[in-house]
Amino acid sequence: MPVPVFEVREVTFRYHEVTALDHLSLAIPPGKRVALLGANGSGKSTLLRILDGLAFPQKGKITFCGEPLTEERLQNPEFAYPFRRRVGLVFQNPDIQLFSPTVFDEVAFGPLQLQWPKEKVRATVEEMLEVMKITHLKDRSPHHLSTGEKKRVTLASVLVLDPEVLLLDEPTAALDPKSASQMIDFLIGLHGGAKTVVTTTHDLDILEDIADGCFVFQTGRLVAAGTPAEILLQTSLLEQTNLVHAHRHIHASGEAHSHPHLHGHKH
Amino acid sequence: MNFLERTLTSFLNAMEHALDAEALAKADGLLQRVDPRTKVIGILTLIIAAATAHKLWVIGAVFAIALALAVCSRISPLLLARRVWIPVLLFAGIIALPAPFAIPGRVVWRLPGLGWALTAQGLLSARYLVTRVETAATLSVLLILSTPWTRVLKALRVLRVPVVVVVILGMAYRYIFLLLESARDMLESRRSRMVGELRGSDRRRLAAASVGVLMSKTLQLSGDVYSAMLARGFRGEVYMLDDFRTAALDWIMLSLFAGIVAAAFYYGR
Repeated sequence: MPVPVFEVREVTFRYHEVTALDHLSLAIPPGKRVALLGANGSGKSTLLRILDGLAFPQKGKITFCGEPLTEERLQNPEFAYPFRRRVGLVFQNPDIQLFSPTVFDEVAFGPLQLQWPKEKVRATVEEMLEVMKITHLKDRSPHHLSTGEKKRVTLASVLVLDPEVLLLDEPTAALDPKSASQMIDFLIGLHGGAKTVVTTTHDLDILEDIADGCFVFQTGRLVAAGTPAEILLQTSLLEQTNLVHAHRHIHASGEAHSHPHLHGHKH
Repeated sequence: MNFLERTLTSFLNAMEHALDAEALAKADGLLQRVDPRTKVIGILTLIIAAATAHKLWVIGAVFAIALALAVCSRISPLLLARRVWIPVLLFAGIIALPAPFAIPGRVVWRLPGLGWALTAQGLLSARYLVTRVETAATLSVLLILSTPWTRVLKALRVLRVPVVVVVILGMAYRYIFLLLESARDMLESRRSRMVGELRGSDRRRLAAASVGVLMSKTLQLSGDVYSAMLARGFRGEVYMLDDFRTAALDWIMLSLFAGIVAAAFYYGR
């Protein structure tokens, strides 16, 4: 059995009085696309930050490819540089991640911090802009971009390092249908690169396209795990975790009624 | 409109001016084609030459050169008048106002009633101040209007400004827009739920609360941005990519700037 990319054991994380993760245990196998499902506030984004070594749990252990992932180890450049090179996180809010004055500078930020030679940085950034079809934006300030363009730039700024593990926090959030569809197509395409992709979402419509396996969260606890098909069949579980809701709607016959059925929450 | 809203409107106007400036910086003009480093060095030395010249006609000549550069760079003198000359005249004029009365010399006129003496030396001194400030401000604005701000910042590296300062200024420029938008949204959402006028004390309370919320958002944002930087390998040291290219025009312009500055220093002694 291959060593998991991430192994989370009995992790508890609190923001002051609020428990975001509560004795959570799970393992993410290499080369798999995994979805972390849960309503708002269920702890998905916190877990991503912990997996990326940006936050550290008060209790429990995390390993990355069999090695402990701790704050002390991330102080050591011998561990930190390869880790940052191998693991990339795309934040939900692109404005957080787009802090450089221009799109080109933004995409170049990661390679420069990892001290790649400048000529290599220039060439790789140009190539990545081309791949993401954003070359025409390279001299623009992130402030002037649409949300869809910002998302593509954030993805480019992480993919430029060619990470083995990609952590995506709500990649289709706040996107219009066309931009969301382009993003999903891109995520489907990523699978060919044999990357491990961990995506947080509460959009059940895209689940089967972007994941081979899923973990379902509720108030910081893992309540279910399985393939997308297995999870989507458990209507009562999805209702209980606020991923679907019974709502009134009108059928073509004009009859108005309510019953629970699959609809992802879109925000 | 209360003080806070007026301030915010001014900031948003400034933001629009910044966006206009970026559009102008992309125009096909003389200065727009010159490398930002050449412009920073050339314009800075011209400002020093104008500031140290002891002859009015030399300062006037540097001002005329600035005007010619503006026209060649498709920057309208009307725009300069509106954005620079009139505000600077008011600002520098107020500062220069006491000089004609305070500096002793040959009396040319007396203020009726008060009898204060207006001296020729004082008038000359005020003229020096105003023309120097107008020339320096015109040159500075030419640099900003013909160069995207981000490239101006990068070009500061040629003056040995530390990378970390350049990066912090760049980030500040990036996020000031975001925070201004956030502040505008807050005010608009408040306005949309208000009917009638608030009392002065309530307005002050609301203003203080808005500033507090914005401060809190700023702190949150700075923490998140720092996390995003860490996630991409930031470890306290900042690295930058200079993507400047020097062309023949830059050498020509550099020689031109050097010639003008040398002449201004020589004749302005």
